[in-house]
Amino acid sequence: MTMAGVDLTWNIARDVNNLFAYHFMVNAFRAGTAVAVVAAVVGWFMVLREETFAGHTLSVVGFPGAAGAVWLGLSASLGFFAFCVTAALFIAALPRRTRRGFSEESAVIGTLQAFALACGLLFASLYAGFLNGVTALLFGNFLGITNGQVATLVITAAVCVVVVALVYRPLVFASVDPDVATARGIRARALSVLFLVVLGVAVAAAAQITGALLVFALLVVPAAAAQAVTARPAASLALAVGFGLAIAWIGLAIAYYSPYPVGFWISAVALAIYSAARLFARSPGRRPVPAGSRVA
Amino acid sequence: MTLQHLAAAATGSGLFDMLAHPFMRNAFLAGTAIAAASGLVGYFVVLRSQVFSADALSHVAFSGALGALALGIDARAGLFGASVLVAVAIGLLGNRGRSDDVVIGTVFTGVLGLGVLFLSIYTRSSSGSNGVANVNVLFGSVFGLGAAQAAVAAVVGVGVCVAVIAIARPLFFASLDAAVASARGLPVRALGIGFLVLVGVCAAEATQAVGALLLVGLVAGPAGAAQRLTDRPWAGLGIAAGLAVLSMWVGLTASYLDGSLPPSFSIMAVVAGVYALAVAIPGVTTRARR
Repeated sequence: MTMAGVDLTWNIARDVNNLFAYHFMVNAFRAGTAVAVVAAVVGWFMVLREETFAGHTLSVVGFPGAAGAVWLGLSASLGFFAFCVTAALFIAALPRRTRRGFSEESAVIGTLQAFALACGLLFASLYAGFLNGVTALLFGNFLGITNGQVATLVITAAVCVVVVALVYRPLVFASVDPDVATARGIRARALSVLFLVVLGVAVAAAAQITGALLVFALLVVPAAAAQAVTARPAASLALAVGFGLAIAWIGLAIAYYSPYPVGFWISAVALAIYSAARLFARSPGRRPVPAGSRVA
Repeated sequence: MTLQHLAAAATGSGLFDMLAHPFMRNAFLAGTAIAAASGLVGYFVVLRSQVFSADALSHVAFSGALGALALGIDARAGLFGASVLVAVAIGLLGNRGRSDDVVIGTVFTGVLGLGVLFLSIYTRSSSGSNGVANVNVLFGSVFGLGAAQAAVAAVVGVGVCVAVIAIARPLFFASLDAAVASARGLPVRALGIGFLVLVGVCAAEATQAVGALLLVGLVAGPAGAAQRLTDRPWAGLGIAAGLAVLSMWVGLTASYLDGSLPPSFSIMAVVAGVYALAVAIPGVTTRARR
């Protein structure tokens, strides 16, 4: 017996047909597709810019947003977006003195992150009887996605992708070498703020499917796998989107036929794709990826 | 259980008989040792820019605990076993014991995914209190610690403190200038891995008090504040441990007095407040920060 009461058969056409028999599943695939595309595109830049830790913080901050919104009787979706974007602006205001791993900055972010989660716990405990809701907010839920939610996710995803497309060239330049980019007249600082806001929106969207804690499965893994396979920017960006879609679709399909939660399947598929990409990149006969480009 | 304690506490007469309650004594005993260990370990975590690794280990602690519950054994076995194993793995895989953010991010997503799987197995098999185990592991249940659990936590916490102080000198050296340290014959790589193991033990410890999701605050917050306040290493270590213990005590007391505040929330609120104060105090700017 599975979640939807439908068992897997050996007839693949019928299985796929069964998959879309219910409206909630169609909505889950629509939302999953939009979210996978935007998370892969934005995540690709996040990995390139070495802002993985900031992305993690944003995902974590979504949780108190959603818990607080539910406590106040608003929609969790609104809470995710409001808190993620606010936190993105806050992080953008922090000084960014070195490109990576500056100890004090990561201590600030780590503390902020723990405090945000603690606030989520407070909101959840103030809203009595919400303990199971906590699990859904943190680890995802694909049941009961409404048409309105799908529309919101598709529109925000489209806006994010368009914004990134508009600033694609200067953003790549500023991400790879901010000093030279600034010298050439690119406003690296403004781009950085803009990107963090887009990252906030993308994280908020992804968190509504994967849960706040498993956002990385759609945000980091496609990009990391793609950048392990090829060092060319356009190709690896396209590959990242492909990986993202594969993770979301396969994860949702398996979750539909299995008794275990979607968060597990999405992250398991993500990990499998990442491992396969790393093995492929190391296989003999392939030119090694130039040092620095993988996490450049 | 915790709620009943809290209700009893709220109707009690307040601060004076706080330590008369066994659950408060256990919380203070375990909490103090855990906070001191987190502060000391945290100082080096921040110094070595390994906050992200500590965070990854906290996620491992979550999955380890739920994995043990799913198998029907003591959650602490899973906590310590998984954290230490993964700490060694991160140390071996990562570049000289320091790790790559993308790899960590990917691995901990997988690890959390496993945690979710274990959670669903556990809740299916025990069919009782659904989200409670999850919430306890994620956010801690310091008021729910029994006397034996508190004693074990205190002993392990003291052990971590002693170990950190024992390797503090070479670790300072290796953290600040790995190349020179290894030229002088220090086993930099072994130190890095050994330190990550301590971080793993500390993560497993702190999970019992403030939960897997919040321990990074207890590790990074007081240490970050200490680094704002002084650039002398030994003083910094002391201040980090002191601030962590102070946050723990104030947080526990606040939650005792107001039963609607979860203790983990109060502790994190104090940590964040302490950090904000340390940032606001115009002080040490002598350190070259570039």
